[in-house]
Amino acid sequence: MTDQTSNTGAVRPATSAAPKAKSAGFLGLTGKDASLVVLVAVLTLLAPFILNPFPEGSAMAQFNAGYPDLMQRFVIFGIFAIGFNILFGLTGYLSFGHAAFLGVGSYAGIWSMKLLTLNVIPSIIVSVAVAGLFSLLVGWISLRRSGIYFSILTLAFAMMSFALAYSVLTPITGGETGLQLKYFDPRILDGALAQGETPRANLFGLEMGASYEMQVGAWLFTFNAGYYIAAIAMLVAFYLSIRIFRSPFGMMLRAVKSNQNRLNYTGISPKPYTLAAFVISGMYAGLAGGLLVAMDTQVGAERMFWTASGEVVLMTILGGAGTLIGPVLGAGFIKYMENIVSTINKTTLEGWFAFAPDWLTDVLVTIVYPFVGKGWHLTLGILFMAVVIFLPGGLVQGGQKLASMFRRKKGDDAAASQSQPGE
Amino acid sequence: MDAIILQILNGLDKGSAYALIALGLTLIFGTLGVVNFAHGALFMLGAFCAVTFSRLLQLSHTVIDETQKDFLGNPLKVDVPYIYEILGESAGAAVIDWAVPLSLLMAIPVMIAIGVIMERGLIKHFYKRPHADQILVTFGLAIVLQEIIKYFYGANPIPTPAPDAFIGSFDFGAMIGFDAGSIVYPYWRLVYFFFAAVIIAAVFAFLQFTTFGMVVRAGMADRETVTLLGIDIDKRFTMMFGIAAAVAGLAGVMYTPINSPNYHMGMDFLVLSFVVVVVGGMGSLPGAVLAGFLLGIVEAFASMTQVLEILPGINQIVIYLVAIVVLLTRPRGLMGRKGVMED
Amino acid sequence: MGILEVKNVGKRFGGLQALGNVNLSVAEGTVHAIIGPNGAGKSTLLNCLVGKLIPDTGSVSFEGQSVLGRKPHEINQMGISRVFQTPEIFGDLTVMENMMIPCLAKRDGAFALHGYKSLLGDAEIVDRAEHMLEDMNMADKRHMHAASMSRGDKRRLEIGMCLAQEPRLLLLDEPTAGMARADTNNTIELLQQIKESRPITIAIIEHDMHVVFSLSERITVLAQGTPLVEDTPDNIKGHPKVREAYLGESSGH
Repeated sequence: MTDQTSNTGAVRPATSAAPKAKSAGFLGLTGKDASLVVLVAVLTLLAPFILNPFPEGSAMAQFNAGYPDLMQRFVIFGIFAIGFNILFGLTGYLSFGHAAFLGVGSYAGIWSMKLLTLNVIPSIIVSVAVAGLFSLLVGWISLRRSGIYFSILTLAFAMMSFALAYSVLTPITGGETGLQLKYFDPRILDGALAQGETPRANLFGLEMGASYEMQVGAWLFTFNAGYYIAAIAMLVAFYLSIRIFRSPFGMMLRAVKSNQNRLNYTGISPKPYTLAAFVISGMYAGLAGGLLVAMDTQVGAERMFWTASGEVVLMTILGGAGTLIGPVLGAGFIKYMENIVSTINKTTLEGWFAFAPDWLTDVLVTIVYPFVGKGWHLTLGILFMAVVIFLPGGLVQGGQKLASMFRRKKGDDAAASQSQPGE
Repeated sequence: MDAIILQILNGLDKGSAYALIALGLTLIFGTLGVVNFAHGALFMLGAFCAVTFSRLLQLSHTVIDETQKDFLGNPLKVDVPYIYEILGESAGAAVIDWAVPLSLLMAIPVMIAIGVIMERGLIKHFYKRPHADQILVTFGLAIVLQEIIKYFYGANPIPTPAPDAFIGSFDFGAMIGFDAGSIVYPYWRLVYFFFAAVIIAAVFAFLQFTTFGMVVRAGMADRETVTLLGIDIDKRFTMMFGIAAAVAGLAGVMYTPINSPNYHMGMDFLVLSFVVVVVGGMGSLPGAVLAGFLLGIVEAFASMTQVLEILPGINQIVIYLVAIVVLLTRPRGLMGRKGVMED
Repeated sequence: MGILEVKNVGKRFGGLQALGNVNLSVAEGTVHAIIGPNGAGKSTLLNCLVGKLIPDTGSVSFEGQSVLGRKPHEINQMGISRVFQTPEIFGDLTVMENMMIPCLAKRDGAFALHGYKSLLGDAEIVDRAEHMLEDMNMADKRHMHAASMSRGDKRRLEIGMCLAQEPRLLLLDEPTAGMARADTNNTIELLQQIKESRPITIAIIEHDMHVVFSLSERITVLAQGTPLVEDTPDNIKGHPKVREAYLGESSGH
């Protein structure tokens, strides 16, 4: 192949200056990517320490995030956003219905636990597979159109799924009440539980709820089995997404976003590429859904509501669509904010503003109160607008800008100090 | 036969709402090229204009009525709306009774103002941004608007009745020669349909017969050329946004007696209205209206008990199914123009 | 029998007969120009060749195989590459990445799910793309964002991307439209080099007579959707019909 080109391509004689293809480093990743994976892995595995910086019982303890329930949500929604980013970040196709895949994955996962076994491995596999199939169907139809049409079609599918799960499909979805595990579920692989026994999800006997607590002085660190399983799933998902970003497939997805016309006239059909990206991101959503079920063994239709779809969009753009680490940061940021902001109540606020005179405290509490507690969605909406208006590139781009500003300043200083002696 | 007529009539009121919202969406999209996910919120704001107005009318103060006694024999305290004192008791009562139609008067300037503020304050900065950004920012705005309404009005639906004169139903079947009782139709729904028809006709007439409308139509077809002709199209587009907001708002005002307004009604209607726009054909005003009524009627048919026995739940998804089928067979929608939003 | 055979092709848009009854045969290894005044149907004809439009009547065949009813990417995979009037490249990607895409298309076809492979670890593709960039004199720009280059460089890259696929037929749609004189001359030079160094057939639609007469061996003049004359450049220059229909219009004023 290469020889042929050099024979025919006599425009300029071929030189041997062409650099060799880069050889694969750690896990097939180049230096920068490999360090990113290692960094994320370390942070994730040490999260129970890192996220609990404040001593138990201190005034700041409410800002701690190192408890299992919240940490699980960080990594699970991280997976969701990583998957969404493969579709939106690379191809630019804005799906407004990805929560449907998460929901379908959850339902499939809980049925696996009801019918087969309480082991989470089969349940997660079923979640991913069913969500993948469903996204294949939805993607096949929705991807016939692009742009705004595509967004609306995916939104329509999600609303349809929600409506069905909420009402007609009640025998399968539990309707308004959702699905929970029951001791009398016919788990054909596990055998029946004794009456009144609570079914708990496990990994070959290791229960998801199992935790090891470590007391260090005033600090309490919790190491939860469920969190670590979800964290490992996220690390694998993150690693795979980097592989996709750096693959020929990933470049084709970016080419789809950049210029479909040229792609067509370069002999490449954009449709299967976008469909593959859609299904992959649907499977990521299914994995997230399966993990959610593995952690709390229940599902409700509200998981598929359009706000949930909007939330994953926000996570991705907040972190930085099309960047590797952005979605993970975005998911963590949103879930942390949600958790902290929605637990603040009037008493908390009064505590914060106690330093001020009484009348000022009242004014401040009145101003801030609509945005906290039940008002979390208001804050979310404002955040949404603020990000799109002021930070379209997300946190990652914002960080890069800051860094380059800092570096330039440093560079200027260095240049100035170098030139000074000569003068 | 009578069942068919009944379902068509049943579809008309919801279809009217879809048509009005879809009309506004298409106006904004066609003139400004902006995909407005906050349009459903405008419909919702209109409905809450009606709620606010009827609450304002019912503002009252307590007086001691010497002529009435409570069971202990004390003079009875009664709430007397201020409006009774301003207009007299019978006129005041009539005004309160007619609160919903009267709030149209308040809704028009309020909605136009909201629309203009929205366009000048937010949307105009997004003309040159990708559609995805427009969707996202208006989506965020929709969340903000509905959360504000939720904060002030609570999460529960607020019943807002129609004037007494329109409460109840009439026997449409008997009027056109069927058996009495075969087609019974509530008055207010008929009012809503005629109201929608008038608004739609007014919008079309406005675009067709005024110079303003002509410029806007020209701008929809080719914005650059119109700008080159030295016409300040931006100002007109701002006005167009105000009008579209007013259309959505008025649709919301009049819809309150049919469905008690709640803070999330906007999003419920928005998704369906977008589906309507897509089915009608993006950028086509007649398409939006036609598809609105069509889908309203289709939904009504799917809600018949006979249909639901065979296909349970079909009423909740039929519109989406129609949309999917239309998009697969006619990708540009029923009346879509070539080259609109193709990439 | 030419490499590209267009027989009795007609295309109508509503009331407008864009192409009447076009017959055209492009001989293998030649540079064939299609010229004609505005609205003569040149672009419509080109779009019929690459699958963007489907003609109402007639047939189009490439190397004996019909292209009608095939999608643009399928026609491209048959061996026809197209250069657009305004350069169509992947603006968000680097020059190197731009060049890798046609290399991948050539090797892996219309779709390949290589989601786990390393792109930069793919020695064959990297080498080929580097090679093509050097051929195009663009190796020093390999890390630039394609959108940030000059129009002339974009054109050069686009032509290079087409050549990377080793097409048997290269279609050029007014390749020098809107270009400065220097860029036009560079493009002519580039095309001449390509013509001399590769066994390739080139069909070119062009307004600029300077370009047409410096490159082509055969010229078809299209007017009002039908071919007026087909001849060598020298004969076309003196042809009275052509002067009247085309050159007369542009050179007379």
